[in-house]
Amino acid sequence: MKTTKSSDYAIDIQHLSVRYGTIYALKDINLQIEYGDFVGIIGPNGGGKSTLLKSILGLVTPVSGHISVLDVTPQQGRSQVGYVPQATNINKQFPISVREAVLMGRMVGNSGFLHRYNREDQDIVQNYLQRLEIADLADRQIGQLSGGQLQRVLIARALVVLPQILLLDEPTASLDAHSSSQIYEILQGLNQDVTIVIVTHDTLAVSSYLKTIACINQTLYYHGDPDLSSDLVMQLYGCPVELIAHGVPHRVLGDHNHGGA
Amino acid sequence: MISAILNYSFLQHALWAALLASIACGIMGTIIIEKKLVMMSGGIAHTAFGGIGLGYFLQIEPIIGALFFSISSALGIAAIKRNSSTNPDVLVGMFWPLGMALGILFISFTPGYPPDMTSYLFGDILTVSKSDLWFMLILDILIISAVSVFINLIGAYLFDEEFSTALGLNMRFTDYMTFVLIAITVVVIIRVIGIILILALLCVPPTIARMFTYNLKKMMMLSILLGVAFCLTGLWVSYTLQLASGAAIVIVSVLAYTLISAWQYARNRKLAQNSPM
Repeated sequence: MKTTKSSDYAIDIQHLSVRYGTIYALKDINLQIEYGDFVGIIGPNGGGKSTLLKSILGLVTPVSGHISVLDVTPQQGRSQVGYVPQATNINKQFPISVREAVLMGRMVGNSGFLHRYNREDQDIVQNYLQRLEIADLADRQIGQLSGGQLQRVLIARALVVLPQILLLDEPTASLDAHSSSQIYEILQGLNQDVTIVIVTHDTLAVSSYLKTIACINQTLYYHGDPDLSSDLVMQLYGCPVELIAHGVPHRVLGDHNHGGA
Repeated sequence: MISAILNYSFLQHALWAALLASIACGIMGTIIIEKKLVMMSGGIAHTAFGGIGLGYFLQIEPIIGALFFSISSALGIAAIKRNSSTNPDVLVGMFWPLGMALGILFISFTPGYPPDMTSYLFGDILTVSKSDLWFMLILDILIISAVSVFINLIGAYLFDEEFSTALGLNMRFTDYMTFVLIAITVVVIIRVIGIILILALLCVPPTIARMFTYNLKKMMMLSILLGVAFCLTGLWVSYTLQLASGAAIVIVSVLAYTLISAWQYARNRKLAQNSPM
């Protein structure tokens, strides 16, 4: 199916460095993500996780290195990539209904000149509203949703792009355990067709849903099985944090000298 | 007043001016408040003063100078905002007085008696001429055309610029277009309400409209109607009480906002008390 020149990876990142002013957000990252993977990007705040997602989307310009997304540049790959930004960046007061917000994803790659949504767009949107169980909320203004519902709207909006790769930035950040696991169940179902990259602090997900994890704090510390050792976490975060070992929810590794985790 | 409207062409002109200004304000005001560009628009409006001064200095129609100045400054601000890390707020703080300063400078260079600037600063809907109306109409058509052609793109720009960029939509173009349309809107309404009072007519109608609808297009329509209502009421107040028209329109608008907000607040409280929760 693929030509000999193309790589076997959905996303191939080589020696990527990104700088904001004089400060490196990412330094010499090498990361290959396979087709069908469900990879969690973890790491401390300010460690460059979101920047990595934005690099894959071509929203930030690297100072050096190379990224290929589905064998093309990030800009060319955009029509095949669905993006779920952090919900905190969404203006919840905006006068837009759930259906209109999701329809926006169907504008993918359009010039916008005299753009109108057609029947097919409406059908695709309706299909995903149903799959994510938000069809009954379609006419609500987006500010009238719970955190979990809004998150699903953002996921639906990314899915109507009909992407091969789905990138999510902390989709469970402000959700309770129940809503979080619902989101992960949905993602696990989608993962049969779509490669998923998710930035998360959600340690619940690490062992139970993700196929691999990548630990990032400016550079890539680890990429592989989601079986984290406390040493690695020490190295990554600089202090022991709450982490869940296999099958033991909310067991805390190491001591907490720094107060609230 | 009705017979006066039929008899005096300056009152007929005032009515048309109110309608044309409200169309521009309703559409662009909605965009401005949703994108939080209120102060930016104030800045662009005040740079237009520089253009008016230039118009007097070069002996050309001041409003043409205003159009030229406000579009150039809008493009300049948009470019600097996109390509530098300077806080947009600070940019406004520089452009705003710079435009005024240039205006004062040009007028002081203009030979002869200094022209009366009050009608540009505070507006005078009763002195709008026929050629002013044609000019406003052309600019309105420009705004309506651009916004209806690119309505979905503008919606995407207002709601989530980052996601829209990730979709491959041209947000740089949309940004520049929006700024140019703001500049054009400023020029449409200068004659009606004046540079200094412009923000009221841009902010108040969409802010009230937003309380009654969650749909962007309906919000624009409702804002236009509200703008017309405020302008006409203001015009009537100014005509009967012999007040400055621009000031009357602003006071009527802000008063309407205050009353409607108070009514909403009271209604919400009542609803909260009556609900069994």
